[in-house]
Amino acid sequence: MTGGVQLSDVTKRFGSVTAVDGVSLDIRDNELFALLGPSGCGKTTLLRMLAGFDMPDAGKVVVGGQDITSWRPRHRPINMMFQSYALFPHMSVAQNVAYGLEMEKLPRHEVRARVSDALDGAQLGAFAARRPDQLSGGQRQRVALARALVKRPRVLLLDEPLSALDKKLREEMQLELKRLQHEAGITFLVVTHDQDEALVMADRIAVLRDGQVAQVGTPHELYEHPGSHFVARFVGEMNFLEGTAAPDGVTVPDLGVLRGAGDITGPAVLAVRPERVRLSRTPQVDGQNSVEGTITNLAYHGTDVSVHVTPPCGRAHIAARIPVSQTTDTPLEPGATVYCCWAPEDTRILKPETH
Amino acid sequence: MARRMNPGLKLHLGLFFGFLYIPVLVLMVLSFNRAGLPTVWTGFSLEWYGKLFSDEPILSAARNTLIVALVSTALATVIGTLLAVGVETRRSSPFLDAILFAPMIIPDIVLAIALLSFYTAISLTLGLHSIILSHVVFNIAFVVAVVRTRMRHFDHSVLEASADLGASEFTTFRRVLLPAIAPGVIAGALLSFTLSVDEFIIAFFTAGAGQSSTTLPMQIYSMIRFGVTPEINAMATIVMLVSFTLVLMAQRADRRVFTQ
Repeated sequence: MTGGVQLSDVTKRFGSVTAVDGVSLDIRDNELFALLGPSGCGKTTLLRMLAGFDMPDAGKVVVGGQDITSWRPRHRPINMMFQSYALFPHMSVAQNVAYGLEMEKLPRHEVRARVSDALDGAQLGAFAARRPDQLSGGQRQRVALARALVKRPRVLLLDEPLSALDKKLREEMQLELKRLQHEAGITFLVVTHDQDEALVMADRIAVLRDGQVAQVGTPHELYEHPGSHFVARFVGEMNFLEGTAAPDGVTVPDLGVLRGAGDITGPAVLAVRPERVRLSRTPQVDGQNSVEGTITNLAYHGTDVSVHVTPPCGRAHIAARIPVSQTTDTPLEPGATVYCCWAPEDTRILKPETH
Repeated sequence: MARRMNPGLKLHLGLFFGFLYIPVLVLMVLSFNRAGLPTVWTGFSLEWYGKLFSDEPILSAARNTLIVALVSTALATVIGTLLAVGVETRRSSPFLDAILFAPMIIPDIVLAIALLSFYTAISLTLGLHSIILSHVVFNIAFVVAVVRTRMRHFDHSVLEASADLGASEFTTFRRVLLPAIAPGVIAGALLSFTLSVDEFIIAFFTAGAGQSSTTLPMQIYSMIRFGVTPEINAMATIVMLVSFTLVLMAQRADRRVFTQ
């Protein structure tokens, strides 16, 4: 039995609110899959239905080929790491980790061996006798992870696993989780609202919105080929210019016709990543998109500089991210007139969102 | 850091405790008075305590009180704890909160009359068992209140974590929930016991006739009609000390609710 997860047409309503609306997902065995979305998009409800704490009103949940839709949480080959960690406050670290194995009625010596392996693996050996309230946030997080992993589930659910950690530790743990997932060889399903976290950790990401799947893809696909205005806005930074699409390009008021990839007509938004925009002193002629404007804002980020360029009409602005190494030949200063240039193949033409 | 107290406040505090505890202290001192009169001190004696422990009606009343307190506390603690857990793990309702709270604030005399009418209506013979039932009624309210406070200081996701790790609902209750709320349960039980030992009005109404269902407060009341005897002072001193110890224990147990 493998750890592949299939959700088909899963729906969950709370009163008049539809938290999850007909979601179908195919999560592969041994994959680090992220559910990404703003709060209220239904990602946590989806996770809770996988754990068995909430029952779907419609649809099916299949794990390793077995329909587990109506299984109780304790019978599922799935374990969860809670956002609050949910450690048992009256038990020591070792007792917390042993709890799940004792429930399996394993022989005592096996429980002891597996707990001590798990604690060593999580560098918690020295803290085995401590209570959760005597640990730091990072240590508590590792106990929660060890407690879930020691059960050797087919699927591990992680609800905002790193949200309680500070920035530096969070970045370390993103890579640590990825390594752990690789070593354990089980499916990880991570819920997060942090798009950076999802991009860094996940093999594939499902972006959720209002209880529905907006797009599923690898971090690269989502970043380079967002399928909708919402996904483009939610994942990474993006410039948007509103206009009207025709087969020859998008007519943006005051800026002229700009070209890009996309096959819609009518109202459209043109999307381009700031790092794809180059700045030049002269207009481009070789089929590149080009917009003239004045530098209105400069911000130094260490490795690169972010530049805001406002066209003469003053209605929009375009953000560009220029590596510091490329700013030496063209000195940038507020008030200077520049041309923002980018290639049509770096440009997405998307249907504008209604809200 | 100890702050110096304003002398005026000190005086106020002294008067306050004096007002509360001087009568009790006088009673305790008089229980050791050889004379047996509240007016003259004739020397230290344990005579009245000796008399007390050979007074059969008092001893039987003390036994009854102990039975009523122990049984009603046990029942109220079990029912009240389960009730508190049930109420706190489900959606809250102001109406439910109110009716759970009510037995604590309904005047004893009203509860006493209501219970007596009810027992008469269902033709229940009165006796120790009817006192026990009556005490369970108000004790449940106190246990529920104390345990619910404890439940609110507790992260409910640990219950889901327990289920997720493979525990049945009963195992989750026994190994995760109960240890977490134990200080509240103990505090609730001690409070119930104390209230039950001291309770007079409801016991008086629902006891029926006869020595076999007379509790200690009822016995003392009947003795006092012939004047305060030093024997009663000795009895009151013992009851006082037991109650005081239990209240202190309840507070100690409950304090852990807020320090954890």
